[in-house]
Amino acid sequence: MTTRSDAHGGSLDRLLASKEIAVTCGPGGVGKTTVAAAVAAMAACHHGGRVLVLTVDPAKRLADALGLQGIGNTEHRIPDELFREAGVTPRGELWAAMLDTQASWDALIERHAPDRRTKEQILANPLYRNLAGRFVQSHDYIAVERLFEIHATGDYDLIVVDTPPSRHALDFLDAPKRMAEFFSSRLLRWLIVPYRSRLVNFASRPFYQVADRVLGTQFLADIAEFFILFQSMHTGFVERADGVVRLLSDRRTTFLVVSTLESSPLGEAELFAGELVKRHLHLGAVVLNRTLPDYLRDPQAGAVARALGERAEEIAGRLPTDPALTVPLLREVAESFINFGLVARREAEQRDELAPTPDVLASAPAFENDVSNLAGLLSLGETIWG
Amino acid sequence: MTAALAQLAAQRGKRVLACDIDATGGLAAMFEAGPSGFEPTQVARSISVMSMDTEASLREYLKIQLRIPLAGRIGPLAKVFDFVATAAPGVREILTVGKLCWEVSEGHFDLVVVDAPASGHVVSQLGAPQAMNDLVKVGQIRTQTDWMLDILSDPGQTGVVAVTTPEEMPVSETLELAARIADETTAQLAAVVVNRVLPELFSTPEEAVFERLREPELSSTISDAVGGDVGPVLEAARLAVTMRRSRAVHLRVLQERLDPRVPVLLVPYIFTRVGGLRSTRQVASSLADELGL
Repeated sequence: MTTRSDAHGGSLDRLLASKEIAVTCGPGGVGKTTVAAAVAAMAACHHGGRVLVLTVDPAKRLADALGLQGIGNTEHRIPDELFREAGVTPRGELWAAMLDTQASWDALIERHAPDRRTKEQILANPLYRNLAGRFVQSHDYIAVERLFEIHATGDYDLIVVDTPPSRHALDFLDAPKRMAEFFSSRLLRWLIVPYRSRLVNFASRPFYQVADRVLGTQFLADIAEFFILFQSMHTGFVERADGVVRLLSDRRTTFLVVSTLESSPLGEAELFAGELVKRHLHLGAVVLNRTLPDYLRDPQAGAVARALGERAEEIAGRLPTDPALTVPLLREVAESFINFGLVARREAEQRDELAPTPDVLASAPAFENDVSNLAGLLSLGETIWG
Repeated sequence: MTAALAQLAAQRGKRVLACDIDATGGLAAMFEAGPSGFEPTQVARSISVMSMDTEASLREYLKIQLRIPLAGRIGPLAKVFDFVATAAPGVREILTVGKLCWEVSEGHFDLVVVDAPASGHVVSQLGAPQAMNDLVKVGQIRTQTDWMLDILSDPGQTGVVAVTTPEEMPVSETLELAARIADETTAQLAAVVVNRVLPELFSTPEEAVFERLREPELSSTISDAVGGDVGPVLEAARLAVTMRRSRAVHLRVLQERLDPRVPVLLVPYIFTRVGGLRSTRQVASSLADELGL
């Protein structure tokens, strides 16, 4: 059942023994969140200490099983009882927190605002609410920002971070830098000049003219107010974003790229792994989720399946079961094996072609049922850990 | 799925524009064509493909709507645009939706099929004109968003097709998407397509026989007959049956919780090919079967 392959003899066990932060990333819909939780649970069981999984959006049944529903931004300890029910005694503690984008942004404003009035003005600004809630990159930024904050508390031995589903996986890596650049932008200052100083003749600047025609004066004024307020927090924000960038490239941080072996997610995962290498970030492992069992590729079993299909009538004749049911059944069984065997061979080929090669290449099998409790997480974890 | 819908519409005599929002070029590849650009290029009979580029969309908008001559007067457009788009949430979305609505209203095509990004983003895009309207009270943008809203709100012109797979997360995301489309946008969900549905292997009486075949005595009779161990072959069938069954649960959840007026179309898992025109054709023909065409 279990398929496992180590490219260079490395393992997640060894990798995570030396890291403080593991970021799982990759395309959407490949079980990234589940893998992150499984890895954290394994580390809590085998390495001990305090392990936190900072997750974004776990499947509802899994969240329910771990008691995560509605815990929001606060860190929450997974009770030892759940481990005992799953038949293990963990050496350490497993903690979990969910990412609440809006609450995290509000907390960030609270921290950086120079005074109460500025804080309240920002929180009330319609643009801010839009920015924090709907602006897509704000999720990416706030995820790393929360990581930075939690890591700085020194409360955990290992933090496993699940990244938000993102249009481009790279947005996550670029978010802090972009956020810093944004608040340092010369254009930003340029845009708010007319609202700061009455000396500039508004109409004389073609840029404002266009902006005014397109966006309307009131909206421009709203933007300006928002950014003038934000300027007061500029230094804090930029320093913080720099800190986040440093943390991601720290030796103690590693990235786990999660994918399935289907061609389109795998292509995306490869692209992402390549970008990590290009940016000198630590590509610790590629975890291939939901891989098909090896026996599907066994040529002997394939020959048996073909014979079964071709000689269904003859074989059914030797069996005590009703031939009217047995013949079509044998054909179905044979057909199904050949179909899945084809998919399994295609996937194996894709795994072999995978580039760049990480230190650890781990495969988790396609489980027959969804992973929806701690026991499920641990059995998934077992297949990729060693 | 976008490619298959375009293919299906083209087969039925419509002029189709298929638009790739992510600009990964994946859509054109489904028709065996090279990467597409902002300008629609024909990739097959009656099918053109374009890739969304918000900056190009802004250029076009300024040129057509405001008659503003390019570059020069507004400085380095790319930089300004990047900045404004980052500063004012929804600008990128509005330019995306705006371009699509423009193509619809121009009438060069009978159908514009859009390969939208992940479900969270598509709500921002469809909701962008309304969100803009809430933020911007006057100005040219305001008049622009009004006609976009007309197109998006008319179920005769705009329909959202949600594509999912019969798994837990995709199904719950789809249900969430359906709710958000209803709450946050003026557009309507036209259909849900469930892709990669595994075939039902056995009927119930067949299954009873299957269980007997798995008993050691009968298995070894079969193994002797075919001259090899039949164990893995039976195990694979059992795996296929369990996978199908655990997925059927999610499919049922989808069908139960979705507004019954929204049709759910099932497209089978295609084992042989996963990309290119061949699979586009296969998916299009199963869609046609589901729609009774």
